Amino acid sequence: MTGQLKKLTANYDEPDLHRMEVYERLGGYGSARKAALDMTQEEVLDQLEASGLRGRGGAGFSMGKKASFIPEGTMEKYLCCNADESEPGAFKDRVLMQRNPHQLIEGCIIGAIAAQATRAFIFIRGEYETQAKMLDAAVTEAYEKGYLGSGIFGSQTDLELVVHRGQGAYICGEESALLDALEGKRGNPRLKPPFPANQGLYQGPTLINNVETLCNTPAIIEHGPEWFAAMGVDKSTGTKMVSVSGNVQRAGNFEVELGIPVREIIYGLAGGPPEGRDLKCFFPGGSSAPVLTKEHLDLPFTYEAMAEAGSMLGTASMIVVDDSQPIVPLALNLAGFYRHESCGKCVPCREGTNWTVHMLERIDQGDATPMDLEIMAEVQTNIIGNCLCVLGDSMAMPIGSMIKHFRGEFEQHIEAARAARDREHIRAFSAGELAAAGEAGPA
Amino acid sequence: MRDRRTMPLGWDEAVDLERDPAVVPDPAEVEVPEALRASITAAMQRYPDRHSAVLPALAAAQKVHGWCSPEALRQVAAVMQVTPAYLSSLASYYDMLRTEPIGSRYVYVCTSVACHVRDARAVYEAIAQEARDQELEDVEVRNFECLGACDMAPMASVDGRYVGPLSEDDAHELVAAVKENREVLPGRGLGDEGFRLPWEDKA
Repeated sequence: MTGQLKKLTANYDEPDLHRMEVYERLGGYGSARKAALDMTQEEVLDQLEASGLRGRGGAGFSMGKKASFIPEGTMEKYLCCNADESEPGAFKDRVLMQRNPHQLIEGCIIGAIAAQATRAFIFIRGEYETQAKMLDAAVTEAYEKGYLGSGIFGSQTDLELVVHRGQGAYICGEESALLDALEGKRGNPRLKPPFPANQGLYQGPTLINNVETLCNTPAIIEHGPEWFAAMGVDKSTGTKMVSVSGNVQRAGNFEVELGIPVREIIYGLAGGPPEGRDLKCFFPGGSSAPVLTKEHLDLPFTYEAMAEAGSMLGTASMIVVDDSQPIVPLALNLAGFYRHESCGKCVPCREGTNWTVHMLERIDQGDATPMDLEIMAEVQTNIIGNCLCVLGDSMAMPIGSMIKHFRGEFEQHIEAARAARDREHIRAFSAGELAAAGEAGPA
Repeated sequence: MRDRRTMPLGWDEAVDLERDPAVVPDPAEVEVPEALRASITAAMQRYPDRHSAVLPALAAAQKVHGWCSPEALRQVAAVMQVTPAYLSSLASYYDMLRTEPIGSRYVYVCTSVACHVRDARAVYEAIAQEARDQELEDVEVRNFECLGACDMAPMASVDGRYVGPLSEDDAHELVAAVKENREVLPGRGLGDEGFRLPWEDKA
């Protein structure tokens, strides 16, 4: 298993793929038409479930199973496509929407049929201006063709699709916060249960799926679930978009078969760290995933193997860090991100992210002692599992893993920063600067 | 270019307890630009619940006013028939909505993890310094959370157009182009004709 396996992105070299005529010429909308006209809702659902397709947004939950949780009944049901890709390191959905917006719309139609939804929303992050415009144009084309609106493809099924733009908040990628934002509220996560499948958008049953998940569905309907399940290994079926970034020679998106060795992705596809540099650690699934080190390079890239190694596949966004990067500023940057993005609803997350940043700043400024590492690690364990959503965990897990893997470097940083600060105090004291300011000498 | 950790505008001002809270404005009393009214009304019709249109409405009002000013909020409130306080709670929550008149255009420089390991902090500081040196006005220059373009790190979003990979040397030209309203770094924007990352094979 080496190199790329282009299924989702097979036609990406086709010029003007974002236009309806090109997409249709390549067989586009055939699956949605088949699902709307020739298949029952149960058949669509069964095929999705049989394919083993797992959510590509981070949690990795079976897509078909999730859709099957939508209750029967005549109430209005909804499909939400989560295009709020904000995880540091993730940029696959951006490419999927920009290169092939119709594939996503077709996926939304299939997802909506599976969930019996008559209204669908694509929640796209506000920063993706270009992509939102392209999606809008594609949606207009689909309405003109009668693929969206009342009686899609001439069937009895109706489907309205709205592209909804967020306004900049990482937390809106969390599914219940996304629903609140879509309802016109501050994007705060909700208490679960009830889960969105029962009570989601406007209190109606709602299926929420990531862009990549939905983009996979047309091919499953076209070729059948066996075709999809034949790719990948065990319970990690199909291909996966992997975004590789950070200290590598060729950053970018690669579509690979799940189960490919991690080394093949980082060194084979992305070219490895720059000349003369060595790998220090990497985030296998976005900045929320605990870091892994060199010893994990030969693991297969699957949901299971990453979990066993103490991390997660998440969004499959690999951020590679080479040995030129000191760990403390990296941890500080990471914690600062989660502090900024914490919605503030749950205390462990709001306070935990804030205090982690404070403690890392103390380490960086030479005001910390090695004991602070214990306190910091303890703060992380007190966040995990104690909040409505996993934003706090998303900081706690990688920070905890950094302390675990690089404790020595943290300790060295603490001592070096303390020594530097003391030298500065002595210098300032000798130069009379401290006395003038009325401050005491070194403690 | 202010520190985003500071408190929101007016947080330390005493509350006037005599004043009645702002209620849903009477549409007859508030003048709203026609185009803005039309776009908010159209947005409301797209959703089963009109409240869902509030983010598109605030974004549209911000385009007109440059920021979510009290007047902008009053206009949106009048058209949507909601309270200004409700709108204010949202404007202060979302990063792309401005609660201060810091500029009607923006340059967001990504400084999150993937850009961080490629020296984004230095790029951001160079751009911020250039903005001060060239006295760039009416543009919000700030460091931003991950913009979803880690392949072109370090990068920036200039009014929604992604440019990168950037180095400190690009700061001068980037700011000058923004100031003179020219296209920023032609050919280096995502989606530009023939855009290629430096390490991708030329097509």
